[in-house]
Amino acid sequence: MKKKNSDISQNNISLQPREHSPDRQPTAASREQRLAYFLLGPPCLIVTALVLFPVLWNIWLAFHKVRLLDLRRFHWWEMETTVKNFVKIFTHYDFWPALKATLIYTTGGTMLALLMGLAAALMVHSRFRGRSLVRGAFLIPYIAPVVAVAFAWRFILDPRGVLMTSLVDSGILQQPLDLLGQRPWAMISLIAFEGWRYFPFDFLFILARLQAIPHVLYEAATMDGATPLQKFFYVTLPQLKLVLATLFLLRFMWTFNKFDDAFLVTRGTGGTRVITIKVYDFLIGEFNIGAGAAMALVLFTVLGLLLFLYFRWVMPRAEVE
Amino acid sequence: MSRRKIEAAVIKIFHTIGLLFFIFSVAFPFYWMIVASLKPLIVLAMNPLDLWLDPAELTLKAYQDIWIQFKFGRYFANSIYVSALTVFLTVAFATLAAYSIARLRFRGRTFLSRSILIIYMFPAIVIAVPLYALYTKLELRNNLHGLVLVYLAQTLPVAIYMLHSYFKTVPLDLEAAGLVDGCTRLEVIWRITIPLSLPAMASVALYTFMIAWNEFLFAFLFLDSPSKFTLSRGIMQIADNINVSQQLLMAGAVIATAPIIIIFLVLERHLVKGLTAGSIR
Repeated sequence: MKKKNSDISQNNISLQPREHSPDRQPTAASREQRLAYFLLGPPCLIVTALVLFPVLWNIWLAFHKVRLLDLRRFHWWEMETTVKNFVKIFTHYDFWPALKATLIYTTGGTMLALLMGLAAALMVHSRFRGRSLVRGAFLIPYIAPVVAVAFAWRFILDPRGVLMTSLVDSGILQQPLDLLGQRPWAMISLIAFEGWRYFPFDFLFILARLQAIPHVLYEAATMDGATPLQKFFYVTLPQLKLVLATLFLLRFMWTFNKFDDAFLVTRGTGGTRVITIKVYDFLIGEFNIGAGAAMALVLFTVLGLLLFLYFRWVMPRAEVE
Repeated sequence: MSRRKIEAAVIKIFHTIGLLFFIFSVAFPFYWMIVASLKPLIVLAMNPLDLWLDPAELTLKAYQDIWIQFKFGRYFANSIYVSALTVFLTVAFATLAAYSIARLRFRGRTFLSRSILIIYMFPAIVIAVPLYALYTKLELRNNLHGLVLVYLAQTLPVAIYMLHSYFKTVPLDLEAAGLVDGCTRLEVIWRITIPLSLPAMASVALYTFMIAWNEFLFAFLFLDSPSKFTLSRGIMQIADNINVSQQLLMAGAVIATAPIIIIFLVLERHLVKGLTAGSIR
């Protein structure tokens, strides 16, 4: 019985005042530490092997001439360091257009999703019948598999699809447009898809923030004779500023590095060949792992800068709030 | 009329129009997906604007074909297997790890709790090239368990983050009582923390399921033989086949979309929690 008691106090170390002889405490603390490492082991191992190590290895690959066929029997100590991969990607005829496309796509997609999310949140915020149903329905584009919705969009936007047929039939257009393969329509379609698919994410956060705005603020504004629009600009918007900034930066980072959407919806045609698609082209199209890695490193550098901004600038403010 | 009344009236009109517009644009692609999967190609090609579901001309043949001939039954089973395994392992590992970060004292705790979120920010394409090389070298490509490992690396950081902030809200007194009663730490986790955290764990499970079920890039890069395909990969495969009709493809899309939407409708509350908790706080 006595032994059991001392055991308990050891387990208790972080919960209750220590009462037993001090020479036993290090053992208890180190036992707790050992348990923690044991429990954290599997996730740390997986993340290290499949995220951290790849990121580092990617840097190594970017500075070496590696092709897929070399991989099975290559010895890393025999390889020479080279910057040829970077020369190749930066002088590639497609690099600057790809960068430009990426910036247009990212800025446009992020902005559209944010504006749609804001509009949707404002509409759902007020009470009406079927409100919770609508709130649920608005999340569906974000939840459905990207492959499935991308193909549905492709068929709808096809020159012979339902959208073009109805526009031509009703006399608005003379000729069907190639919305998926022609400038500037392909980029517009892609950005529209981006807004459609990701506004639910912004919507959720903006709605949560809207519901947390103290009602007193609106009452005071009403007393002062503010009109609904004035209330929006002088009460609601300032309260949403932080969440909007956070969402913009977060989504900008993710969209900048997004591959699936452009690859599936427009296939990189009509001026939508973004940098992530170029990573894929080097990797699968040319089996050139080095060039793919160099391209990914460019993306990663930009991501690092944005992450730095996020943690330095947005996160501390978000925590104060 | 006062300015306030005019504004209120205008806002009301915009509210109604806007709501209808949003509902229409959200629902239309899904509605169209279903219609296109049920109508024979000839009917749809002759009149692409006729989107009513006329019971007389509907046919389930596309579903039958795609399920058996194009092996979507197999892909469906693979998707279920991969997603279920990912969910199970994520929840199990993340619960233990999150408990450690929330409650145990060890060196590196602060560092770990701060760095989890950064890992979650790493997008898939940035690690795709080295992972592709690594998996080729280790001959882990074209292997469903290899795929599950990649998914775990993506889901564990978020899951740990979500659960650890929840565990912190579990009253310390209850755990202390358990320890006084002679339970070990693991017993405390099993008997006290887990039963009190079931809603949070459900959110994590759903969120993880959604990620694994919908994942496209790695399934597309890694899986080569049709017997290993998940639904996303399978749809990509038949899309490249010129002999496959739009109707078949949309039937495949419905098969991939329906389960996740049904789960969402049943458990909406939990998934919404998962989505919001998963991202910023």
